[in-house]
Amino acid sequence: MDVAIIGIGLHRFGRSPGLSGMQQGASAVRNALADAGLSWKDMQFAYGGSQDAGNADALVNELGLTGLQFTNIWNGCATGGSSLHAAYSAIKSGEYDVGVVVGFDKHPRGAFNPKPADWGIDEWYGETGMMLTTQFFALKTQRYMHDHGITEESLIRVSEKAFTNGSLTPTAWRQQALSYEEIANSAMISDPLRKYMFCSPAEGGAALIICNADKAHLYSSKPLYLKTAAVRTRHYGSFEVFAPSQAMNVADASTVTASKAAFEQAGIGPEDIDVMQLQDTDSGTEIIHMAENGFCEHGEQEKLLREGATGINGSMPINTDGGCLANGEPVGASGLRQVYEVCVQLRGEGGARQVPNNPKVGYTHVYGAPGLSGVNIITK
Amino acid sequence: MSNQVPIHEGLFTWPSAKPQLLGSRCVNCAETAFPAQPDCRNCGSRETTIVELGDQGILWSWTIQTFMPKAPYKSDETAETFQPYGVGYVEMPGGVRVESRLLPNKPEDLQIGMPMKLDIIPFRTDGTDGSGDQIMTFRFSPVKEA
Ligand SMILES: [Zn+2]
Repeated sequence: MDVAIIGIGLHRFGRSPGLSGMQQGASAVRNALADAGLSWKDMQFAYGGSQDAGNADALVNELGLTGLQFTNIWNGCATGGSSLHAAYSAIKSGEYDVGVVVGFDKHPRGAFNPKPADWGIDEWYGETGMMLTTQFFALKTQRYMHDHGITEESLIRVSEKAFTNGSLTPTAWRQQALSYEEIANSAMISDPLRKYMFCSPAEGGAALIICNADKAHLYSSKPLYLKTAAVRTRHYGSFEVFAPSQAMNVADASTVTASKAAFEQAGIGPEDIDVMQLQDTDSGTEIIHMAENGFCEHGEQEKLLREGATGINGSMPINTDGGCLANGEPVGASGLRQVYEVCVQLRGEGGARQVPNNPKVGYTHVYGAPGLSGVNIITK
Repeated sequence: MSNQVPIHEGLFTWPSAKPQLLGSRCVNCAETAFPAQPDCRNCGSRETTIVELGDQGILWSWTIQTFMPKAPYKSDETAETFQPYGVGYVEMPGGVRVESRLLPNKPEDLQIGMPMKLDIIPFRTDGTDGSGDQIMTFRFSPVKEA
């Protein structure tokens, strides 16, 4: 049985003063329902999650107490990916025909401040100043640049592309393109990563209406198909965030195994993907994720970025809406925004940021603490 | 009189004239962990032993923390007195890469592959109970060229 996506909805990322995170989630669900031409009472099930904005199942207070099965999902940055995987399985099993996946969040300004105990780590690690995601991404990027001959130029180009795409995306938080020089001269936050190379915690909501593909024609003239949803966690030896130590032999990251599983399940390869969203917590991470997801060899990124391959008109368009860098990261919603954007592109509704030549196959990838990745493949 | 108290038991030998980082080694697969773990994350064995990881290593990656972290960071510093600090992974002869604060806080003073040595340093003074104990943590600094 195939799984269709028949409705997509976003509550604009960034800052929504006066609206709770939950209200932004409800807004996204209403937009997705309107897109599908359905109402809340048609929903047979829901999966949803947020980090800082409350229990997703309390959304029924906003949307209606219809008695549906509503399951809260919390899986770090892969919350959206895990919610979508759960919905995918619910449809695949034949138990349900139509339901909703929703993610939302509203974070305080500034960097996240995780509690060591929540991650199975003793207090000293946080107290001495090593429990920062920004440090991890910098440490991983620093080593990656050393091993694979990536220079600062590539880090700058990723950010330049992100903010250019953001300027073409009406729903993006950061709407202003930044020049190469502005990025290159922005403050160093955590060497080698500068201010305009990091995404910020933000607010927003995203929702998808998921349906049994056999019945999609009842609801939609333009269904898309969720070919696979794969979520994987870290292996012994993979270099992951919040790790007081690492094994000597570096193993594949969770992204590598999630990506391989997704391609295997979908029966296609990286060469078949026309448009993609790769987790860009920072510009170094996007570069690493290009190779970890199988879209290029390690080290090849320098040349690809110089040629503009990852731009909207390039051979491998990445993060066409500006990604996390231009949209910020409301953790619960971020992974579903990626799917939303890929759906927009596959429908040909991208406007100024539309990838040319009628893209048919899209790919999304999230990565988060403490080392988990979620990959989705979506087709026309 | 104030005492020098490790920030956490079992991270390093203390008190000691030549302190060593402490970790655990799996009896079954010989993989090493820091800090010491009762279980092995590689093979799942529940038999591990405490081992000394050494007091020198090689810098595997590094960054510089330029802003004062929010909680759970707990030092004596204020926004005014905060000094950037290095953070890196140091490859230990004991067979594991350990994340640590680093003494250098300028990019020109840090390079992947440079030899580093362990320092046990006072990190903050614990004044909450009036004892004034010095809370000790570990840090790595470059091995000075002879
Ligand atoms: Zn073992």
